[in-house]
Amino acid sequence: MSDTSHNYLNAKKGLWSWLTTTDHKRIGILYAIACGAFFLLGGILATFVRTELGAPGETILGQDEYNQVFTLHGVVMVFLVIIPAIPGILGNFVLPLQVGANDVAFPRLNLASWYLFMAGALMAVCGWLFVGKVDTGWTFYTPYSSGASNAVLWLTSAVFVAGFASIFTGLNFIVTVHKMRAPGMTWNRLPLFTWAIYATAIVQVLATPVIGITMVLLFLEKLLHIGIFDPALGGDPVLFQHFFWFYSHPAVYIMILPAMGIISDLMGTFSRQHVSGYTFIALSSVAIAFLGFLVWGHHMFVSGQSALSSIIFSMLTFLIGIPTGIKVFNWVATMYKGSVWLKTPMLYALMFLFLFTIGGLTGIMVGVLAVDVHLHDTYFVVAHFHYVMMGGALIGLIGGLHYWWPKMTGRMYNEKAGVIAAILVFIGFNLTFFTQFFLGSKGMPRRYHDYSEFLETFPEFAALNMTSTIGSYILGVGLVMILIYALYSLVRGPRATANPWGACTLEWTHTETVPDEHNFHDTPLVTRGPYDYHLADDVFGPKKES
Amino acid sequence: MNQQSSIWLPEAASTIAGDVDALFYFILITSIILFVGVISTMVYFAWRYRRRSDADRPEPVYENKLVEASWVVFPTILVAVVFIWGFKVFLEQGIPPPNSYEINVTARKWSWTFTYPNGVVSADLHVPTNQPVKLRMTSEDVIHSFFVPAFRVKADVLNGRYSYVWFESPKQDTFIVACTEYCGTSHSDMYSRVIVQSQDEFDQWLSDNMDDGTLTPAERGQRLYTQQGCFACHSLDGSVAAGPTFLGLAGSVRNFTDGTSAEADDNYLRTSIVNPMLQIVEGYPPVMPGQYAATLSVDDIDALVAFIKEY
Repeated sequence: MSDTSHNYLNAKKGLWSWLTTTDHKRIGILYAIACGAFFLLGGILATFVRTELGAPGETILGQDEYNQVFTLHGVVMVFLVIIPAIPGILGNFVLPLQVGANDVAFPRLNLASWYLFMAGALMAVCGWLFVGKVDTGWTFYTPYSSGASNAVLWLTSAVFVAGFASIFTGLNFIVTVHKMRAPGMTWNRLPLFTWAIYATAIVQVLATPVIGITMVLLFLEKLLHIGIFDPALGGDPVLFQHFFWFYSHPAVYIMILPAMGIISDLMGTFSRQHVSGYTFIALSSVAIAFLGFLVWGHHMFVSGQSALSSIIFSMLTFLIGIPTGIKVFNWVATMYKGSVWLKTPMLYALMFLFLFTIGGLTGIMVGVLAVDVHLHDTYFVVAHFHYVMMGGALIGLIGGLHYWWPKMTGRMYNEKAGVIAAILVFIGFNLTFFTQFFLGSKGMPRRYHDYSEFLETFPEFAALNMTSTIGSYILGVGLVMILIYALYSLVRGPRATANPWGACTLEWTHTETVPDEHNFHDTPLVTRGPYDYHLADDVFGPKKES
Repeated sequence: MNQQSSIWLPEAASTIAGDVDALFYFILITSIILFVGVISTMVYFAWRYRRRSDADRPEPVYENKLVEASWVVFPTILVAVVFIWGFKVFLEQGIPPPNSYEINVTARKWSWTFTYPNGVVSADLHVPTNQPVKLRMTSEDVIHSFFVPAFRVKADVLNGRYSYVWFESPKQDTFIVACTEYCGTSHSDMYSRVIVQSQDEFDQWLSDNMDDGTLTPAERGQRLYTQQGCFACHSLDGSVAAGPTFLGLAGSVRNFTDGTSAEADDNYLRTSIVNPMLQIVEGYPPVMPGQYAATLSVDDIDALVAFIKEY
């Protein structure tokens, strides 16, 4: 960059200045680099999985290798990409700007959380390279994991350590939102992205310790042979599933709530319209965060838990489905009588609505007790959670990165390339995962290395799997294309203006094109809501009388 | 109830499958209607209110309380319906009729064994048609899950406790049984079959396979081979699996991973069963369970050795 202006990117120079930075924006960039690399790794592993399944029988991976590859894919994508990415990258970069603060509440803790995250990631990778490969799946179910090699301990320790990064980040955001809002930034003027990150932070702080404790218990059982989960030692294997999902279901909301926040901001900005149901969306994020703790048992309808528990968990699951549905209606309604600008970020917002609605509706399907008995642990579930996790969380993240890219880098990307990549991602994604609904409802179990045995009864499995694999390649091409034009934009992209989208939140209205290291020259005074475009003469110039 | 398979669901071959499918299709069709509604509204709004000038600043639209209320009420009614419906069918799935025929199921890495009230053991699940069958299932090692797609039944199978499924099939045919809880290396090869027969054929099969005390040691060995799930890793026809085939095993020279070798005599076969980790044949992973010294009697081991020597 050859900016002559003074900004957070050129305020200090050298690698050391980045590794010791306490600037929330720079830490956001550090997360972006790390999560980007892990996403690439997880994506490459996914194409291995799909390639193996493209044709029946063994193709490129043996049974054990396949099991190791899908395990690593799951662990990397869940713990090193989807959970940390949005809070880590965009939460860090955007949240303090949106509330009008000069940094998060505890900048050093913020840096420490990045180092903890990297330490966890390093432990996972080192364990994998030097100790042994784990094939338990990302869920680490006992007693399978109790009998697995000690390499599983490296991976669970990595999850334990990375968990603290998540807790610290959450803590930081909660305090920042409570204590550091600019004058006039009342709770009902908070942008919905900030609301969503705030709700997420609550879940991070409350739920993450449970996975930490679970991993410690697993550790104690394996090293000291204290019977907790392993029936051979007098433990209860279903207890592990309860502990695991007590974290991992709320973790689903750690993944999706921030993406919902991004979508709210995108719908507002690119419709230039008040976000419909603002109060509802804001408060339902918090409601979902709390209710999310009460539905873990819907992962266990066929596990042998009591029928009564299953019934209660199913009912609570629907309770959480309703506010989610209302959010979707509100996002669509935001465009009503708006001024819809179909730029790349907005394309991702619309793509999110398309994919997430499918993910949500199929969530109803697997939430229904009798139907879940048939669909549980089949590809239907695989397709469902990819629609939510990738079609929801990651598409939201990609949309958000496009939206805030000019603010983070001071450059624009090529809009035409952005549109083409978005179309490739959309087509590739649906080819990959929609086919899996058919595979699953017909009975193909998940985590299968081979489906040859099914072909006699279901010859269509071959074509469906092949289609899914081809789709994954198209998806891969789309994602690599994004990486290429993003990198190109860093070097050659045209310079951005301070507020290229005409947004009305503080990070666009009160900072330089690229914010300087203290964010704001003067503490902003907030006089209107985040989506009050009709009041924003400071952005659009005085309104012309017609 | 003999529904043919559709693009969504496999053939429905149990008495409850039709109920599950009706609910599945109700949710599917409702979902499609909702989805088309939401997405077509989205596309229409994106086109109808597209930006015409960069200076566009539409007047704000605030949400209409009545519309918002309908968004709450309508989905609540829908999910209440599917919850109650799903709950009723779930009870049907969960409660076996009192006249059910009971079969014990043992799961292990990576095979299923079915044990009948008269002591017959089988690697395939033979059941009579039009008769409720209740499976009492347990695992010898990790968690497995018993799944028959055509019957719409599934339940995890755990070590140290029983779990149950029941079904009644009106259709004489063969259906696939798959393991749906990830259980390691050969998880995706852990298949079995349900063979639904007429009551007469089933009775005949049961009496043909009963152990009436006159079996030779090799015949008893064959039963144990099925019962203990040896077949999951040791083939009889020379095909490759997680463990060495029994074909031509007895009397051959075995090369071990420590560089030594030995002839597979009776003592070698016995030792390999009771202490499998002592010598590992080259080219195979050291994965054979070590509990057989404790779980098999001396007679059982003799019978297995006699059985292996026949191949």
